[in-house]
Amino acid sequence: MADSIFQVSDLRVDVPDMTRKPLFGAAPRLEILKGISFEIPRGAVLGIVGGSGSGKTTLGRTLVRLVEPNAGRLLFDGRDIAHLSDAGMRPLRPRIQMIFQDPMSSLNPRLTVGRTIAAPLGAKVSDARVKAALEQVGLPADFAGRYPHELSGGQRQRVGIARAIAMRPDFILADEIVSGLDVSSQAQVLMLLEQLVADLGLTLVFISHDLSVIRRLCSRVIVLRAGEIVEDAATADLFERPRHAYTRELLDAIPIPDPSVRW
Amino acid sequence: MSGFLEIRGLSARLAGTGQRLLRAVDISLPAGSVRGLVGESGAGKSMIGKAVLGVLPKAVEIVEGEILLDGQDLLKVPPAERRRLIGAKAALIPQDPLTALNPSRRIGPQITDRLVDILGWEKARAASRALEVLAEVSIPEPERVMRLYPHELSGGMRQRILIASAFAAEPKLIVADEPTTALDVTVQKQILKLISALQARHGTALLFVTHDLGVVSKVCDTLSVLYAGKVVEDTTVERFFAAPQHPYSRALLAATPRHTDPAASLQPVPQAVIDAAMAEIAAADAAWSAHG
Repeated sequence: MADSIFQVSDLRVDVPDMTRKPLFGAAPRLEILKGISFEIPRGAVLGIVGGSGSGKTTLGRTLVRLVEPNAGRLLFDGRDIAHLSDAGMRPLRPRIQMIFQDPMSSLNPRLTVGRTIAAPLGAKVSDARVKAALEQVGLPADFAGRYPHELSGGQRQRVGIARAIAMRPDFILADEIVSGLDVSSQAQVLMLLEQLVADLGLTLVFISHDLSVIRRLCSRVIVLRAGEIVEDAATADLFERPRHAYTRELLDAIPIPDPSVRW
Repeated sequence: MSGFLEIRGLSARLAGTGQRLLRAVDISLPAGSVRGLVGESGAGKSMIGKAVLGVLPKAVEIVEGEILLDGQDLLKVPPAERRRLIGAKAALIPQDPLTALNPSRRIGPQITDRLVDILGWEKARAASRALEVLAEVSIPEPERVMRLYPHELSGGMRQRILIASAFAAEPKLIVADEPTTALDVTVQKQILKLISALQARHGTALLFVTHDLGVVSKVCDTLSVLYAGKVVEDTTVERFFAAPQHPYSRALLAATPRHTDPAASLQPVPQAVIDAAMAEIAAADAAWSAHG
């Protein structure tokens, strides 16, 4: 399908299990991703959920080639990037952006917001794109002169989003970007993301352990468990007719804020 | 109708700057009941739990108020006596089981130490009690687990150990400070059900600190909603979820994710609500400075 930004087939990642390494000889391999296949159509918002250790973060990091897969094909815009060298990846990097979980540790404390957004553009702080990005994430223009420590958690996460969208990327990976936020800032950041997806036609992978957050934002959901996809379905289907027992277990475990709902 | 724990007019401030952290907090917790303390970061919910257990950071100064534990004002007794009182009657289930357990010591002594050192139990009695509570929190092979180190256990198992440790001395009050925030949803459910079951069986009063209204609706009887160190709503769980009274409570509930009703959840808290809540607090502060 030419309209897919990512085509992933039989993707495998394993690492040496150093806790079981014998004194001499190679360590046994620990499989993190056990043959994953899916596609991300252009303009889709794909949710990836799973418990701790299910491989969701590793899958995300492999998509953006921070991790090199051990086997399988990883087509980005029709081209296999599975084993591309760092130099080979470099021309593609501007088209693939990330938003990180912890905005404090992913923003340089010594750079102002303006410089943070301008740096990957190779532009000056006064660049129109910096101003436009701040406006798009709903931050006042004078925030360009502020440092991360002067901002609240929700505002910092907006800066992270602004830095990613300013590059006009083809693809954005958002890994647990609202987990560290209070419910009110969580709602604001999700609303913003929802609006940006609509306005800019972003293609987004949204990794989260929280299914209720996924429901609001994503059009399709992949449920991972122990490095395997257990369910891949349209969001409404997944929530209304979960097919796999693990998906049902995840859904049942969410405490719905209503004392009359049995748990 | 006085509770096992009664907090009356508790105000606290930062020693250096004089910034107010708690504003005339009133909380009543009858024996055997569960109260949720909810609010966003910085609202003071953990601080109330710390004040009850007498472990406030040095920089926090209690300005006025009473903390009555079983009828005795903890703020009026000498420190040594206070520690003994709290140690005998209250316990904590902390948030992060990995930092709460000493990584270089085996599980067994970490549970029995408190029983021996603070409550003066015989070592043998403490050890048999530890085995008993470990079995009660459904830890398989408790004798073996007593000899393990924290890193050999999963996050859910570690949290069970801390729950066992909290219930070991049969305290009448337990403060649970975000006990499941670090866990997966499926493990969270198991742990919350376990805490609820133990609480009901032992008739322990539970002060449950959390930011998650979903969790409150499942484990608590009553709740206090905190904003900037002030209780803005104090009500029962049934009444709160049917019709929250304070505008901030309503906004907080609307911001909570609810996958069964995606359109009506995850609503950002309107600025007008925050402004109104801040104005309310400024007015209360002004009145307070005027009288004192």
